Amino acid sequence: MEQIAFYIFSVLTIGLFLVTVLSSNVLYAMTSLAAGMVIISGLFFLVGADFLGVVQLVVYVGAIMALYSFGMMFFDATKDIKEKNTNSYLVFALGGMIAVMFVVIFSAPVIGENIQATYFVTGATNPQAVGLILFTKYLIPFEVAAIMLLVAMIAGIILAGKKMDDSLTTRDENHEEDTTFGLKDEK
Amino acid sequence: MIGLNEYLILSGILFSIGLVGVLRRKNLLMLFFATEIMLNSANIAFAAISGHYGDLSGQMFAFFIIAVAASEVAVGLGLLIVLYKKQGTLDLDNLAVMKG
Repeated sequence: MEQIAFYIFSVLTIGLFLVTVLSSNVLYAMTSLAAGMVIISGLFFLVGADFLGVVQLVVYVGAIMALYSFGMMFFDATKDIKEKNTNSYLVFALGGMIAVMFVVIFSAPVIGENIQATYFVTGATNPQAVGLILFTKYLIPFEVAAIMLLVAMIAGIILAGKKMDDSLTTRDENHEEDTTFGLKDEK
Repeated sequence: MIGLNEYLILSGILFSIGLVGVLRRKNLLMLFFATEIMLNSANIAFAAISGHYGDLSGQMFAFFIIAVAASEVAVGLGLLIVLYKKQGTLDLDNLAVMKG
């Protein structure tokens, strides 16, 4: 049963992420990325990390993809992306080789059975155990992550909220010359 | 029975898909999507190793990766909006304005 679920989830995830990477439409890419995130949370449930699966659903699918789709309002999402790709097979071979190298490097100590488990929690379900570990051993990283999220929120508001009253879509007819030149400050 | 190796192989495949996306795409929004794929593959590896050894540290690191991804999206999307306001495009080839 676990094998069937694992293989279904893996094939679906790989297919959806391939659509994300290879599609030339932004909306297709974003939708398949969101679906892949949902199925990855299924993989987390399969591993036994229940709370991580729920957090994946809430944060990735609920927050990050919603943020992307709100950001999509600023960009022209309907037209296809024209890209000139010089040598695609070389990119595939290089990407695969680099990724395999990373996986071998980082999983060699794990395969070598040298890792000892440090934080055992017995007699608690997964969310309880996560709470116990997170608020004892990992309290300071938790607080630092909270500060990091606050800083990111302020940065996002300041970056995106500046000059919100300028329309983006009607801008091209009015100032044709502004868009052709690059990162020049407006007077 | 599914062991640790299958999860690590799946994580490697997903990471290579994300890496191909980063190397291949020229649109900045697509680069962000590919980065999300790579972060998710790392999360799968962390959760699988954590479940295999019965140690919760892997899941903690996966939580912090999710927090980093959320803040990265917030800041990065703000930067993309500012860039689109200035340039009118998100193509990487049009960003070579500092070329001498």
